[in-house]
Amino acid sequence: MSSTVLQSRLEGMARYRYHRRRILSLLGWVVCGGFFVLLGFALVDILVEIAAGGFPALNTKLFTEPTQGVSGGLANAIEGTALLTAGSVLIAGPIGIGTGIYMAEKQERVFSRVVRFMADVLVGIPSIVLGLFGYITMVVGLGWHFSVLAGAITLAIMITPYIARTTELALLALPGSLREAAYALGATEPVVVFRVLLPSCVGRVLTGLLLAMALSMGETAPLIYTVGWSNYTWNGHLTHEPLGYLTYVIWSFINEPFESAHQLAFAAALLITFFALAITLGSRLILSRLDKS
Amino acid sequence: MSEIVTTRIDQSLPAAGRAKRWVFRVGLGVVALIIPLVLLGLLAFLTLQAWPAIQFNGFGFLVSNDWDLGSQYGTPVSVDGHQVLPGASYGILFLIFGTLASSLLAVLFALPAGVLSAMFIAEVVPQGARDVVAAVVELLAAVPSVVFGLWGYVVVIPVFSHYVYPLMADVLGFIPGFGGPVGAGYGLLTAGVVLALMVVPIITANVREAISAVSRGDVEAGFALGATRFEVVWKVVLPQVKTAIVGVTILGLGRALGETMAVLMVSGNALDIPSNIYSPFSTMAAFIVSQLDSALQDPTGMAVDSLSEIGLMLLILGIIVNSIARLIMWRVRG
Repeated sequence: MSSTVLQSRLEGMARYRYHRRRILSLLGWVVCGGFFVLLGFALVDILVEIAAGGFPALNTKLFTEPTQGVSGGLANAIEGTALLTAGSVLIAGPIGIGTGIYMAEKQERVFSRVVRFMADVLVGIPSIVLGLFGYITMVVGLGWHFSVLAGAITLAIMITPYIARTTELALLALPGSLREAAYALGATEPVVVFRVLLPSCVGRVLTGLLLAMALSMGETAPLIYTVGWSNYTWNGHLTHEPLGYLTYVIWSFINEPFESAHQLAFAAALLITFFALAITLGSRLILSRLDKS
Repeated sequence: MSEIVTTRIDQSLPAAGRAKRWVFRVGLGVVALIIPLVLLGLLAFLTLQAWPAIQFNGFGFLVSNDWDLGSQYGTPVSVDGHQVLPGASYGILFLIFGTLASSLLAVLFALPAGVLSAMFIAEVVPQGARDVVAAVVELLAAVPSVVFGLWGYVVVIPVFSHYVYPLMADVLGFIPGFGGPVGAGYGLLTAGVVLALMVVPIITANVREAISAVSRGDVEAGFALGATRFEVVWKVVLPQVKTAIVGVTILGLGRALGETMAVLMVSGNALDIPSNIYSPFSTMAAFIVSQLDSALQDPTGMAVDSLSEIGLMLLILGIIVNSIARLIMWRVRG
C-alpha cells in the first residue's frame, strides 16, 4: 500500500523534473533566439536608417559635382575613396600575397611562425595608431603633407597582414599531392608556386583581396591625418595634395547644422555601406561555392 | 630531406633557372620581412616621437587627470630642459578610465549576445539555411565603423536618452553610477552599446566555428543520456569551447579598446571621468583624433608628442591584448 503511494509520488516528481527540464531548455533556446533576433534587428535598422536618409539625397549631381563647402556633390570624395582603395590594394596585394606564399611554403621555419604571429597582431592594432604613424613618418617626416600616397600606404599597412593570412590559408587548403606531383615532375620552386599552386587557389586569394578592399574602403581613422580633406577633384599629384573621401563626409558633415550637409553625409553612408556590404556578400557567396566544389 | 632534393634539382638546372630560383628565394624572404619591420617601425617611430613627452610627463601622465595645453599666447618656458607652453600639463587618467570602461561594457553585452546567438545558429537553424542566417550577424562586421557612429548618432542617442536612460535612472538609480542626470545621450553606455554591436560578429563567427568542431560522438553521448538538445549544447558542447570563447573575447576586447570613429561620434568627448554611466567621456583612440588639430597649435610640439605618447600606449596595449588572444586561439586550433 505505502509502496505504491511512494511509487506514484516518485513518478510525479520524475514527471515534474522532466517537464521542468523541457521548459528550461525551451526557455534557453528562446533566450538564444532572442539575442539573435536583436542582432538581426540592429543590422536591419542600420540599413533602413542609412537607406531612408540616403536614397532621397541621391541624384546625378552627387556623382558629377565636387563638394562646395557643405553642399554640392560628392564627385571628389567618390574619386578619392576609389583612388585610396585601389592604391592600398595595389601596394598591399603583392606584399601580402608574397608574405602568404612565404608563410605557407616555408612552414617549418621558425621565422615563418614569427611572421604569422606578427601578422595576426598587426591586424588587431587600432587603425588610429597606424594613422598617427603615417602622420609622423610620411606627412611630417618625409614632408609629403596630406596626400594620396601617405593615405594609401597607411591603409596598405592595415590590410597587408589580412591579405597575407588569407593567401596562406588558401595555399594550405590545397592537397599536398598537388605540391608533391609538381616537384616530382622536376619543377622548380617558383614554377610550382606560380604555375601550379597559385592558379589552383586563385579564387580564394582574390576573395581575400576583395574583403581587404571592403575593409580599406570603410576606414576613416587612419586617413584623417594622412589624407586631410579637399573640395577639389584629384589633380594627379601623389604627394603634397590633400584629397576628399567618403567616410570623412559621414563623420564631419553630420555635425554641421545644415540640411545639405546631413544629406551629403547620408548619401556618403549609403554609398560606402552598399559597396562594402556588396563586396563582402559577394565574397562570401564565392567562398561558399568554392567550399562546395 | 627536401633541402637535399631541391639542392640536387638546383645543380641539374641550367644557370638561368638557378638564377630565377635564387631571385624567388631572396625576394620571398625580403617580402616576408616587411610585416615584422612595420611592427618594429611602429614601435620605434612612435617611441621616438613621444620621447620628449615621456620625459616631461613622467609617471604623472598615467595617474593625473588634466589635459592642459597651457597658455597658447604665452612665451614657451623651459621645464627640465623641455620647451613647453606656460601652464602645460598632460594627464590621461580619464582617458584610461574611459577606454577601459567603454570596452568592458561592450564585452559585457557582446559576450552573451555573441555566444548565445552562435549557439542558436549552430544548433537550431537547419543546415541548409545556416550560411544565410549566419551572414545576418556576421555582416555587422562589414559595416564601416563610421556608419556605426552615424547610426549611434541618429538612432541610439535620441531613443536611449528619451526613453531608456530616464527609465533606467528611475529603476536602477539606487546602484552607484546608475542614478543622477541622464544627459543628452552622449556617453559611456551609448558607446558601450554601439561598440558591443561591432564586437559581436567576431565572437559569433569564431564560437560558431568552434562549436562545429566539437566531436559529434560527445554530442551523441549526451543525447543517449537523455539530455535535451539545449542541455547537450550547454553542458557538453560549451565546456569544450570554453578556451576558444576566452580567446575570442579578448580579441573582441582589443577591437573595442582601439575603436575610434564610432566612439568619437557618440562619446561626447568629455575631458573628465564620467560622473555616471550616462555621462560624456572620451577614449584614448577617439582623443587622438579630436585633439590633434588643437595640439598642432602648440609651437613647442609638446602637445603632439603627448598625443603620440597616447598612441604609443595604445599600440603597446594592442600588442599585448592581441598577443594573448592569438596565443590562446592558436592553442585551441593546435
